[in-house]
Amino acid sequence: MSNLPSLTAGSRRWWRFPVEWWWQSLPLRVISSVFGASVVVLVLGGFLLMRQASIGVMEAKWDSASIEARQALDTAQQQLNSADLTGDPNPDKKLTELALGFANRSGGADQYDVIIISGGQTITAGDVSPASIPATLRDQVAGSDDLLMTPTEVVYRDDTPTVAGLAAGSALTLPGTGRYEIYFIFPLTQQVNILTVLQAAVVTTGAILVVLLTFIAALVARQVVVPIRAARRAAESLASGNLDDRMKVRGRDDLARLATSMNYMASELQKQISQLEELSRVQQRFVSDVSHELRTPLTTVRMAAEVLYETRDDFDPIAARSAELLQTELDRFEALLTDLLEISRFDAGAAVLSLSQVDLRDIVRRVVEASAQLAESSGSQIRIQAPEPGVAEVDARRIERVLRNLLVNAIEHGEGRPIDILLEADDHAVAVAVRDHGVGFEAGQARQVFIRFWRADPARARTVGGTGLGLAIAMEDANLHKGWLTAWGRPGMGAQFRLTVPRTAGGVIESSPLPLVPRDLVLPALPLGEGTVPTPPLEPIRSTSGPTASASPSPTSADEPVVPATSAGPGVDPPTSPSPSDAAGAAR
Amino acid sequence: MSTDQNPAHETGRAGEGRADKGRVLVVDDDAALAEMLSLVLRNEGFDPIWCAHGDKALDTYRDARPDLVLLDLMLPGKDGVAICREIRAESLVPIVMLTAKSDTIDVVAGLEAGADDYVAKPFKAKELIARIKTRLRRSPEEVDQEMLRIGDLVINVDGHTVKRNGSPIQLTPLEFDLLLALARRPWQVFSREVLLEQVWGYRHAADTRLVNVHVQRLRSKIERDPEHPEIVVTVRGIGYKAGEPT
Repeated sequence: MSNLPSLTAGSRRWWRFPVEWWWQSLPLRVISSVFGASVVVLVLGGFLLMRQASIGVMEAKWDSASIEARQALDTAQQQLNSADLTGDPNPDKKLTELALGFANRSGGADQYDVIIISGGQTITAGDVSPASIPATLRDQVAGSDDLLMTPTEVVYRDDTPTVAGLAAGSALTLPGTGRYEIYFIFPLTQQVNILTVLQAAVVTTGAILVVLLTFIAALVARQVVVPIRAARRAAESLASGNLDDRMKVRGRDDLARLATSMNYMASELQKQISQLEELSRVQQRFVSDVSHELRTPLTTVRMAAEVLYETRDDFDPIAARSAELLQTELDRFEALLTDLLEISRFDAGAAVLSLSQVDLRDIVRRVVEASAQLAESSGSQIRIQAPEPGVAEVDARRIERVLRNLLVNAIEHGEGRPIDILLEADDHAVAVAVRDHGVGFEAGQARQVFIRFWRADPARARTVGGTGLGLAIAMEDANLHKGWLTAWGRPGMGAQFRLTVPRTAGGVIESSPLPLVPRDLVLPALPLGEGTVPTPPLEPIRSTSGPTASASPSPTSADEPVVPATSAGPGVDPPTSPSPSDAAGAAR
Repeated sequence: MSTDQNPAHETGRAGEGRADKGRVLVVDDDAALAEMLSLVLRNEGFDPIWCAHGDKALDTYRDARPDLVLLDLMLPGKDGVAICREIRAESLVPIVMLTAKSDTIDVVAGLEAGADDYVAKPFKAKELIARIKTRLRRSPEEVDQEMLRIGDLVINVDGHTVKRNGSPIQLTPLEFDLLLALARRPWQVFSREVLLEQVWGYRHAADTRLVNVHVQRLRSKIERDPEHPEIVVTVRGIGYKAGEPT
């Protein structure tokens, strides 16, 4: 079954090649069209020419033959009339003489042969066999005294091959003796030879003409195609970035105008692109300038705020609280400014990776250490599950920022519940997942969480004071690594963010070592007792992966021996059952 | 020259009350920031001097003979990197750059021009003071007459001198600290992060370019062939270690 499509695909490829060649090559099409058309025209023309020629030649022969036959007939009749054959017991002898006389008179040039038939006797002069006389002619001659003519096949008595010929027939009346049939056989050897030579000439001329026409077509096609190909090459060169390439303009014809238009297009493109590049440069410089210009006063303000904050104990309560607010909001302002500048660097395409071989476990550890205080204040316990090293070629600073953003996000929305960080690696990729058990989000929001300044609930206040850009920047960082950053969440069931990066820079990820949906939902029994719980708890989960399985809880016969597990299942299952099917939806 | 090397011993020079921790030259064109910096520095017991123009920075430095220079990279007139190079050409005074562009090559250019450290704007006052104190810190309580050997160099820890075959090599305090950190534990390979913590005083991971640039500067002074270092040896993938004493 599976072999069939590949076979047909293979055979398709076989005949596809010439077809593709045909559609790819304009000169090929022009040349073959001209070749085909000229062959048809020349065959038709040659055919007509040959027909006309043979008709003409044959008619002339017909006329001359009939005249000659008539003369011969008259002469013969006169000779017979003048000769007194009355009482001659052997008129055949006279007739034989007559026939031989005709044959001799014709000069042996095979102009015609004579056959005289009387009763059962046949007298022939020359090598012609009486079989050359068509039966129809004999019938007609039998009933008529006129000179009758018809085309025939000349058959010789010896081994000479048959030739086309004319047969003329009439009757001689021998006084007293009776009626003799006389036939004149004109072989058309000469005419046939002429026509053969003519045919050879026509075929040769036709073949030469076809070759010449094809050659001319090739020349013309080349003349047209060469500039078109030049235009194509110029366009391709433009597309690959050589904006300075131009076509040569020669003459003032259509092709020259094509070249002019191409060149015009190229210069317009070049103008636009350089404008865009200039804009991008301006944008980058602007970002850089904004950075400098904003940061200097911000430094002053920040230091001033610090001084006020340090001495807030000396102020009245209103001023003291103001100093505190100033201080904390300045932190937020600074974080926002930093994130904004980072985002604009991404937008300007100015972000570049500085790669090194890093064990992502070290980064995870650093991130967790750095966020320990924040986690403590929110009451979240952070658990790291990184059984094996996850070495990858990444920009450590950016990966650290991604993980920090994910962790801070998890702490912010984790509602004080434990947060798990999982790290796993395979041959091609390293994945880190940050799992919280907090408020979660709607399944449809898995993409929206990465939108800049997006909030699940606009009315909800930010507690940690995130900038709203953290996940967007994390996404940009992941994209820069050609990695994946995916989110999974359900209201009330928490969320999981998974970062997957290729082990080597520029590698392509095809699958992530970690699942998108949190493992604690898919395999609820695993966290309870690591390796001690074997397969039975897995069974009901597999059965629920089908959409109908959870709707009809009738256990299959295979599950019956492990009744305790299945009976415990329904209590655990309801939260799990939607996840596998939803996971497919989220993965799409 | 030697006065720059031991600023802590000259505390008596500044006569203004609390300003006994050292004189700090602030080179920054932003008046508000400079004034704020002056307030903070004075509050911390430093003696701040302000210079607003790049062209006057070197003259001001020569007049004031500060114990440390805070240098903005973007200045009217001569830019910070050029000033840094000029000051370094005639002095070993610690230089801390103030920069608004921590991610650009400006930082590396400044470090290569001889700056010891940099602080990215916007910084916290405490952060800046910590950086300044690290650069000015001396350990007078450590009265050890220790003589350390690293490669073919002899380090007099107390006297802050490095000699090769009896002839002294001029190192900035930072370069001396870097060399000392390596020489004290010749069996240990130091990662860049550890060096950042020990020499620069960073408690969290910071810019490892600081280490790279200063190791290069140090090598250019102490190595016989900086292309094939024998005293500060690179351990690929990990960091640096001291070369074998010879």
